[in-house]
Amino acid sequence: MTLSAVASSTSQTEHEVKLLREMLLIRYFEEKSAELYTQEKIRGFLHLYIGEEAVAVGAMQSLRPEDAVVSTYREHGHALARGLSADSIMAEMYGKLEGCSRGRGGSMHLFDARTRFYGGNAIVGGGLPLAVGLALADKMQARNQVTACFFGEGAVAEGEFHESINLAALWQLPVLFLCENNLYAMGTALARSESQTDIHLKAASYQVPSEAVDGMNVLAVEEATQRAAAAVRAGEGPYFLELRTYRFRAHSMFDPQLYRDKAEVEEWKKRCPIATLSQRLRQEGVLTDESLTRLEAEVWAEVDASVAFAEAGTWEPVEELTRFVYSERLAP
Amino acid sequence: MNTIKTTYREAVREAIREAIRQDSRVFLMGEDVGRYGGCFAVSKGLLDELGPERIRDTPLSESAFVGAGIGAAMGGMRPIVEIMTVNFSLLALDQILNNAATILHMSGGQFNIPLVIRMATGGGRQLAAQHSHSLEGWYAHIPGIKVLAPATLEDARGMLWTALEDPDPVLIFENALLYNLEGELPADAGPVGIDKAKVLRSGTDVSLITYGGSLYKTLDAAERLAGEGISAEVLDLRTLRPLDTPAILASVAKTHRAVIVDEGWRSGSISAEISTRLMEGAFYELDAPVARVCSAEVPMPYPKHLEQAALPQAETIVQTVRQLVGGHG
Repeated sequence: MTLSAVASSTSQTEHEVKLLREMLLIRYFEEKSAELYTQEKIRGFLHLYIGEEAVAVGAMQSLRPEDAVVSTYREHGHALARGLSADSIMAEMYGKLEGCSRGRGGSMHLFDARTRFYGGNAIVGGGLPLAVGLALADKMQARNQVTACFFGEGAVAEGEFHESINLAALWQLPVLFLCENNLYAMGTALARSESQTDIHLKAASYQVPSEAVDGMNVLAVEEATQRAAAAVRAGEGPYFLELRTYRFRAHSMFDPQLYRDKAEVEEWKKRCPIATLSQRLRQEGVLTDESLTRLEAEVWAEVDASVAFAEAGTWEPVEELTRFVYSERLAP
Repeated sequence: MNTIKTTYREAVREAIREAIRQDSRVFLMGEDVGRYGGCFAVSKGLLDELGPERIRDTPLSESAFVGAGIGAAMGGMRPIVEIMTVNFSLLALDQILNNAATILHMSGGQFNIPLVIRMATGGGRQLAAQHSHSLEGWYAHIPGIKVLAPATLEDARGMLWTALEDPDPVLIFENALLYNLEGELPADAGPVGIDKAKVLRSGTDVSLITYGGSLYKTLDAAERLAGEGISAEVLDLRTLRPLDTPAILASVAKTHRAVIVDEGWRSGSISAEISTRLMEGAFYELDAPVARVCSAEVPMPYPKHLEQAALPQAETIVQTVRQLVGGHG
């Protein structure tokens, strides 16, 4: 092995440990969130991403700081992987002023101007037109930027999906469409809602390059999105990836999961993206039991710190209730 | 004063042309705005003059191109989105209400949406029940957007620029019957304010409160009432959200009677809102109950005689005022 190959393989293993850490952060952050929900610290709806972490973490590797992200109501994972702090997300879910949306949005509406994270959209399909518009602005202003748009397979039944992908293809806009196919639109199985269950074929019918990717494998997701984002960045128009994944937890905290077999869930759990990667890293000697435990402890510490941050946060004064309906203009 | 003869349509076109020429972030997009020249010929000639980047024909995808307008606005552009008619805008209601009106708030003030959406509204053209309604009052229900109803040439020419300078979403409703309105406009006509109602005819006996396509019927009624010795004040609301409540109250404090003329349906309407504000703010000024002249509560019928019977008319306004003044004068 040459020196440079050793160096690159070292940096690759470091990179894989970083991916593992990012997935662990999402997993532990959400496990804690579920616990806090039962304690009524977090209210409203809480949609967990557990099981799908490889998609957010893998996809986000292809984006640059100047790119934009449009997301869904199941977006804690996207937000964390994009670089929003666990503190600001946890505070948001507490409804505190220190939250990333000043507490006005909650779990489903995480926003962050610094990382160009445009929500947290809780209308299925509602974010797609926004992504098209963000990309249009980039193209009209000759900025070489990508807009990554996450949505579930449920959204492809919406008219807004078809309208948006058509417009993006027609105008050759730099949108990276990332369809998280977790097989269930809330409780409706894919085969019960779609005549064509190969989702990526729908995109292909709009002349958009598209492919299906193993969404349980963070490296596969990373490789595919790097390639897709490079094409988008090169001015080749939109690109569509169907990321095949699975949600281990219920749709929301109110869901008794009567629509799927426990055996099916268990079968998918065997493909857990975190367990798969950490197992391999241990087998390869990159991680020892000790170093993995240390890593896990570090991540838990970050999650615990976010809870402390949210607990210590402040409530926005009721006197400010009617702010942010219209922009506050500075006096001339 | 140096004036030019123009039409409402030309005034809107000139406003669009000037905005696109003056600000590189401004562009127009919508169905048939380019090669066709606009379904009401508002943008006729602009594609040749300004090019396809700035005058963008869209597919028939109201939700996608309105949403794209929102996204482009967040991305630093100043889009003017044209929707053919208010009835079609319902296909984009998700984007208008759930995104345009809420993102500033949901994001805790981080993302404002400097977007202008123009659309035609109103009946009177025998286009039946899917092309003729006046839903601007509905839109005025929504916090987070502003709702304009230019009725005069001056406002058709001047409201657009002010709306584009606004940091938040502005909806402009152009009553389709006004496009052919002719008149004189100062050669140097430019931006106008969008936050104040305007008294277009001063009077002492009754306040006729109206906007948009009903304005000219109301002015006609006021003229006829003057012949009967009744002095009617005509208040053009101009903006339906936010309502210029002080102007409404001030007019009624002077005349002590109010008739609201609104092409929208009566129930749960902007006319109902104005009436309520009069109860709240001018109850003791009133010498008679507030009266309303609205469209009949039917989907718009096709035959001319039925459509005209459904819409507010000058004659109905005159009769309503007569009863109000005669009964309590």
